[in-house]
Amino acid sequence: MSAVEKMTNAETRLARVSLPDGFGPQRRAALDRLNAMGLPGRRDEYWRWTNPTDFIAPDPVPAAPFSDDEPEIFGEIDRLKIVFRDGVFDAEASDDLSMSGVEILRLADAPDVSWASSLYGTLEANGQDPVKRPFAALNTASATDGVLIRVTGVAEKPVSLIYTHESETSDPILHHLVKLEEGAEITVLENGPAGARFNKLMEVDVAKGAKFHHIRVQGRDHERRAVTSIFTRVAEEGLFKSFTLTSNGVLTRNECVIDIVGDDANAHVAGAALGDGKTGKFHHDDTVFITHGAERGESRQVFKKVLKNGAEGIFQGKILVKPGAQKTDGYQISQSLLLDENSQFLAKPELEIYADDVQCSHGSTTGAIDETALFYLRSRGVPEEEATALLVLSFVADAIEEIEEERFRDAILTRLEGWLARHRG
Amino acid sequence: MLDIKNLHVKLEEEDKQILKGVNLSVESGKVHAIMGPNGSGKSTLSYVLSGRDGYEVTEGEAHLNDTDLLDSEPEERAAAGLFLAFQYPVEIPGVGNMTFLRTALNAQRKARGEEEISAGDFLKLVRGKAKSLKIDADMLKRPVNVGFSGGEKKRNEILQMAILEPKMCILDETDSGLDVDAMRLVAEGVNALRDEGRSFLVITHYQRLLDHIKPDVVHIMADGRIIETGGPELALEVEKNGYADLLAKHGISEVMA
Ligand SMILES: Nc1ncnc2c1ncn2[C@@H]1O[C@H](COP(=O)(O)OP(=O)(O)OP(=O)(O)O)[C@@H](O)[C@H]1O
Ligand SMILES: [Mg+2]
Repeated sequence: MSAVEKMTNAETRLARVSLPDGFGPQRRAALDRLNAMGLPGRRDEYWRWTNPTDFIAPDPVPAAPFSDDEPEIFGEIDRLKIVFRDGVFDAEASDDLSMSGVEILRLADAPDVSWASSLYGTLEANGQDPVKRPFAALNTASATDGVLIRVTGVAEKPVSLIYTHESETSDPILHHLVKLEEGAEITVLENGPAGARFNKLMEVDVAKGAKFHHIRVQGRDHERRAVTSIFTRVAEEGLFKSFTLTSNGVLTRNECVIDIVGDDANAHVAGAALGDGKTGKFHHDDTVFITHGAERGESRQVFKKVLKNGAEGIFQGKILVKPGAQKTDGYQISQSLLLDENSQFLAKPELEIYADDVQCSHGSTTGAIDETALFYLRSRGVPEEEATALLVLSFVADAIEEIEEERFRDAILTRLEGWLARHRG
Repeated sequence: MLDIKNLHVKLEEEDKQILKGVNLSVESGKVHAIMGPNGSGKSTLSYVLSGRDGYEVTEGEAHLNDTDLLDSEPEERAAAGLFLAFQYPVEIPGVGNMTFLRTALNAQRKARGEEEISAGDFLKLVRGKAKSLKIDADMLKRPVNVGFSGGEKKRNEILQMAILEPKMCILDETDSGLDVDAMRLVAEGVNALRDEGRSFLVITHYQRLLDHIKPDVVHIMADGRIIETGGPELALEVEKNGYADLLAKHGISEVMA
């Protein structure tokens, strides 16, 4: 029965796709891609461990907005705030969209600017090969809002995207573009649940010598579901750095597709996910694909998951080194700390290398709290729960280290400590 | 201070009796030494006293002043004033030494109803103690014991002891792996802490350490029991003649010691 039902769901979903104004040709091409590939089923290789049903369903599973007294994570940071309320840009809550060296437009205004037209959907389309990413194509076709950011200099402060969630049935689809011109630099912050079900895509074009920093916090809402994708292209001497902290949510799939196209480029993607199945189901999936297509590229994937009470963590990470991408340095580590026997971590590290002079390594581990270290701490007077929290923090430290600026590391640490304090025992 | 009566301990996982009736009393302000052949149960005794998992007490009791040690969590024992300098100090990657020390000190203060130490006072305290043990600032910044040499790890144990100021200090072979100068530093660190209200139980294989830390009482442990107790001269005798005569006197074959 479920096969028939699923087909029906997928068909309904596809039939309902409507193309908003602006970027018409790009949206139509994306819809064609989507119809050709179809929505994923459990048999799809990259969806074996994460059930796509809730992402496919015509309507989202309702999610009660969640409120707590935790201050907003980036509240203390001097930033340019852009707020989306259930996926709709909220001008009143946002700052004035102007900053020197940065141009910010709104997708829903359907601006007719050539840089955006040539970028919109382009990196997503490139990233559809060899692995299909149907929810990304769906996003390009039907995204209703988002920001288009073009950076020509060094941005004076971070752009902070804040996604608030108020409606139980909101189903936002946001598409952002970030185009960094030669030598430009910007930090993009993201936080908030956004809706009951959130499909978000960001295309990041890093030109020669440009630097992109991304720090994202997913959480605060226990019931929300999210499928997100980042597609980036990194040119010569460019830098792409992305870190994600995920602490709540029923279901999260974060894809990151990185294409290193210029020599001496750097790409780092890291994540820390903390899941407690007690506050609801928790399933977190990081799926990464890094293509080295140029010489002397360096890439790092550092993913840590702390799981308890039946939480599930997934990591699928691939490094592809193309012919001629000599002196590539690719590093990948995915680790989980299981705080009980009910939780589960599954990892699929992949290396595919077609150049002979490269250095690539990957490792994956699953373990429990180190009992000897725990006893050592307790023997010094640290109570068991506090000692456990300290060991958890030390476990995720490597991922947090991937964040360059201390003020963001500190913000993340504060959030982590808060989570640990709330999820003891 | 420390009172151990008829302590019997077996391994939790297998049916192996390790301590077979240990009796030991350490008075306030005194230094007691324990010597004994490898495998006689010295480390086991120190672990059981500090509350490590994996052991089952089948008989006997152990008190630190009014605290029933065997009925307390490891952190409660620490708060009551017990400290074990480990024979094999543990590495904790990802936890900075300073964080570790501050967390431990504040946890103990909290358990005793005292206020947390201020960041400034803490820094001053650690710097002062570290300097006298010749522990450099770099070691303090690194993760706990990670990449420390054997001797550095032992000095780090003494640093923790100096900062936590416990009442009952158990030193499990703190001298092994130390060079001559480090041994002197460690001994000075211990002697600086000697006090009316503080006692030491020093586990060692060598008279050398006892030259620096003069014990009041020396015990010989073999086959899970204290078989002989005496003054400092007992250590000198062992140093000279080994354990053979003592073991024979108590009917313990060398193999099973
Ligand atoms: N967890 C364990 N599993 C198996 N055997 C153990 C365990 N702990 C202790 N033992 C055994 O108990 C006996 C006592 O060990 P213990 O470490 O207490 O000796 P020790 O007197 O400290 O020796 P050393 O002088 O070599 O440090 C040894 O035979 C040891 O092998
Ligand atoms: Mg020992």
